[in-house]
Amino acid sequence: MSYTIEGRTGTWEIVVGLEVHAQVISHSKLFSGASTTFGGDPNTQVSLVDAAFPGMLPVLNHECVAQAVRTGVGLNAQINLFSRFDRKNYFYADLPQGYQISQFEHPIVGKGVISIELQNGDVREIGITRLHLEQDAGKLLHDQDPTKSFVDLNRSGVALMEIVSEPDIREPEEAGAYLRKLRQILRYLGTCDGNMEEGSMRADVNVSVRKAGEPFRTRCEIKNVNSIRFVMQAIEVEAARQVEIWENGGEVDQETRLFDPGRGATRTMRAKEDAHDYRYFPDPDLLPLVLEQAWVDDLAAHLPELPDARRARFQAEYGIAFYDAGVLVAEQAVAEYYEAVARGRDGKLAATWVMGDLFAALNRTGNSIETSPVSAAALGKMLDLIADKTINGKIAKEVFEDMVETGESPDAIVEKKGLRQVTDTGAIDAAIAAVLEKHPDKLAEYRSGKDKLFGFFVGQVMKETKGKANPAMVNDALKAHLDV
Amino acid sequence: MLTGLTLTQARAGLTTRKFSARELAQAHLDAIARLNTALNAYITVLPEADVLASADAADARYAAGTAGIMDGLPIGVKDLFCTKGVRTTAASKMLADFVPPYESTVTANLLGAGAVFLGKTNLDEFAMGSANMSSAFGPTTNPWKRKGDEATALVPGGSSGGSSAAVAAGMALAATGTDTGGSIRQPAAYCGIVGLKPTYGRCSRWGTIAFASSLDQAGPMTRSVADAGLMLEAMAGFDAKDSTSSNRAVPQFHKAVGKSVKGLRVGIPAEYRAPGLSADVVAMWEQGIAWLKAAGCEVVDVSLPHTRYGLTTYYIIAPAECSSNLARYDGIRFGLRKDAPSLDGVYEATRAAGFGQEVRNRILMGTYVLSAGYYDAYYLKAQKVRTLIRRDFEQAFENVDVLLTPTAPSAAFAQGENMDDPVQMYLNDIFTVPASMAGVPALSVPVGLNEVGLPLGLQVIGKHFDEETVLSVGGALEAAAGFTHTPSIHAGAGA
Amino acid sequence: MSLDLATTRRIAKLARIGLEEHELEATRQKLNGILGWIDQLAEVDVTGVPPMVGTETETLRQREDKVTDGNSRDALLACAPETSGPFYTVPKVVE
Ligand SMILES: [Mg+2]
Ligand SMILES: [Zn+2]
Repeated sequence: MSYTIEGRTGTWEIVVGLEVHAQVISHSKLFSGASTTFGGDPNTQVSLVDAAFPGMLPVLNHECVAQAVRTGVGLNAQINLFSRFDRKNYFYADLPQGYQISQFEHPIVGKGVISIELQNGDVREIGITRLHLEQDAGKLLHDQDPTKSFVDLNRSGVALMEIVSEPDIREPEEAGAYLRKLRQILRYLGTCDGNMEEGSMRADVNVSVRKAGEPFRTRCEIKNVNSIRFVMQAIEVEAARQVEIWENGGEVDQETRLFDPGRGATRTMRAKEDAHDYRYFPDPDLLPLVLEQAWVDDLAAHLPELPDARRARFQAEYGIAFYDAGVLVAEQAVAEYYEAVARGRDGKLAATWVMGDLFAALNRTGNSIETSPVSAAALGKMLDLIADKTINGKIAKEVFEDMVETGESPDAIVEKKGLRQVTDTGAIDAAIAAVLEKHPDKLAEYRSGKDKLFGFFVGQVMKETKGKANPAMVNDALKAHLDV
Repeated sequence: MLTGLTLTQARAGLTTRKFSARELAQAHLDAIARLNTALNAYITVLPEADVLASADAADARYAAGTAGIMDGLPIGVKDLFCTKGVRTTAASKMLADFVPPYESTVTANLLGAGAVFLGKTNLDEFAMGSANMSSAFGPTTNPWKRKGDEATALVPGGSSGGSSAAVAAGMALAATGTDTGGSIRQPAAYCGIVGLKPTYGRCSRWGTIAFASSLDQAGPMTRSVADAGLMLEAMAGFDAKDSTSSNRAVPQFHKAVGKSVKGLRVGIPAEYRAPGLSADVVAMWEQGIAWLKAAGCEVVDVSLPHTRYGLTTYYIIAPAECSSNLARYDGIRFGLRKDAPSLDGVYEATRAAGFGQEVRNRILMGTYVLSAGYYDAYYLKAQKVRTLIRRDFEQAFENVDVLLTPTAPSAAFAQGENMDDPVQMYLNDIFTVPASMAGVPALSVPVGLNEVGLPLGLQVIGKHFDEETVLSVGGALEAAAGFTHTPSIHAGAGA
Repeated sequence: MSLDLATTRRIAKLARIGLEEHELEATRQKLNGILGWIDQLAEVDVTGVPPMVGTETETLRQREDKVTDGNSRDALLACAPETSGPFYTVPKVVE
């Protein structure tokens, strides 16, 4: 165990399970025809069903079911052909029906697994307990009026996938890695955009602490943490708080807490006396959801390639390192960009350029891969110019920078600037002769055994040819001239 | 007498232009004006100008030859169906001022068929009751009186008591009802009219204020069995907005009435000979059996062994569902709101003030049976027993085409009776609840009067989606019974 | 099972129905009477019997993922007892 807390009474380990609410990508809501678009005017994306008017009834959105199944397959999970919607009953201002339609007893997706990679290269498997579909609540605004909270129901009824992990996580870093991996998978699948700032992915963090070998102790649930960094921080401070309580002879209360990033601490959210009793029961407005295996198989067959598979394929197909492949598949758009550059070319060279010059240029110019000033086709073309010896690697850097700046094609830049590589042996021989003539002293030193000066001569010749000489030819020719 | 017609007769009169839809509507508006104070059958009467405008439009369609199957027929609408722009109260203070911006599917279907709405009829609050005593707008009075006792006000049954009273008293040619555990059939029997609860899923529940979702079903309340068939045709049909609505084709139900019932097997469930069944009801049941035999039916004894658990199961499942369905009445988006300093304070004050006692008690009972530690013993158990009740029917229907039972254990009782002991009140539904639990169609037909002159009804229960056989058998009973009595308070009486 | 006052109070709280103390006892008695009657269900043997959910006459229907609703804020808010601008309002909630 690499992450532990040293207390006065001994060493504590932490036990963490995550419940992630991932907003399903769909046009309309889980049970109504209102739009799911983010950022609409308050209460404009609300149907009578979402506002729970008398006599309104839910009708299930087929695409949300498909998205849940896709996600289940992507999480290597059991797809339950029989599932059911239950009502979770409680009163709150953001919950118009007075109940949330969720799946309690029979979720659509059962056990699965995610493999995560840690900084030190270790790979761990985190179990998925279940995934179920449920309705999102509305939004409360507390800062608009001194005595009132305002209610916006635009989000009310939007489909969520609640993805529950096993309490397999033992370090804050693992929690971060788990969330990043989960988000990556969801994005690859196109089932959730994973945007935590907009709230389309939110995590409830269950934290407890124990001494090695002990059964689980009481856990606290930290609700709605909205960034990966905060999740990791929240785990740290909450675990420390619990250790403190246990060590002082106290008892940790099972409760719901909130993480306050400003104070870097968690605090009680709901007092114990209004402990909830959700009175789950099957929603009588909805019949059981029965799926056909053939339909599930068809969805599975049409899933996009997932990050782990793509990483392995990149290693095999393009001969790149495990680490590099991991970087390149981290985002789907990058992976696609890379592959467009690498296909039919030198995969390693493509990786070097994408991870090196391209990423640096994107960073510098404040672009993302989607808005890259250099298209994959253009970068590929540039690699072709290197391969067919039109330009050498050094000139390529210059060409690339020009591409970033002007967006012009590499051939045009090469022509415009006359950067075509010098492969004419006569020209190279002439340059060598000029250099040797300029540096008789160095020549003498070299010939008296100072081999290291070979590099100096290469540099001088390249300078003489304004960097355009083919380096391999310069090497060969220099050897011929020097080693006479 | 325009207010004494059946839908079928009125439609014939309109088609032949014997009278106009406007005359028909006006006659009913006049009847309501005269009788509603005494009976309180309507919570809301539509403005005369609106009613007459609808009637004029119907007359225009008759003239153009484009009339629908309910065209120009003035009917009452139970105040549980949301009607666009027309106050819809569910007989609750909670919704006393609620004007829905939408029209329920059932009422939209009726409007589409040309029906003319007269107003919104009274009911037990949120359809919870069997006597129409729990309405926040005051009880409806049964237009029937005990012979020699005009002073005692009787209940019209419930929850669709306003509808049954209106139809019986000539204040509507027909009315919509909803039935969760007998709320169409029992008031129909108490008021001497026909009431049909279709198969669960026949009529869309969209826009009808929910009581218990797995049981609620809309249906017609009429003066003849053929009328019930006709009106159901207009009400029923697939609705994509209700996930439990059936997409089966809607037959021409009225054509089933008058079809020979010869050779049909009629089951008589032994368990319905329950203790407490009044002698007049038993006699009427025997009479019904004899009529069907005479009509060529084969009468068979059957057993529905779990009948006696129907009511208790119902009084777990219905409150459980209602406790959840009525959570939306929280004072925020519509309906009543009682202010308080905190959110919970608003909830508690609003719901205490908005719901009457029966509704509150059912919500509390439902909350209890679903709560942690009690769910398995009550709700889950009830759902399992419900399976057994449904199996009882399925097994019986392997041998018979329909079942014949009394609709209610007695005739209408007096207002104020049965009020102290809720279980006593619940027993009124003992014969109607099992069919609701199984989701099968059931029809109440008035077949005679008891010795104090009050109507009694018999119930015909059929297989899922076999309303046609139910209507055929109901038609045979109707023909044999020749029930033509009218109540003491009636638009045609003493006018 | 017999219903005590504390449980009655808890249920009323769960259901958000504000009952006065004197109403609680009356309610307890009413509910207790009904529960006593309901307890007869205990005698039914349901071994191996599946619970009935809905009336099981159809299978769950699903709709296409299309935006068909919304943009009716004014009509919806017009039904509300209290609003402010484009919002519903409630007494300030502290989370
Ligand atoms: Mg959760
Ligand atoms: Zn959730």
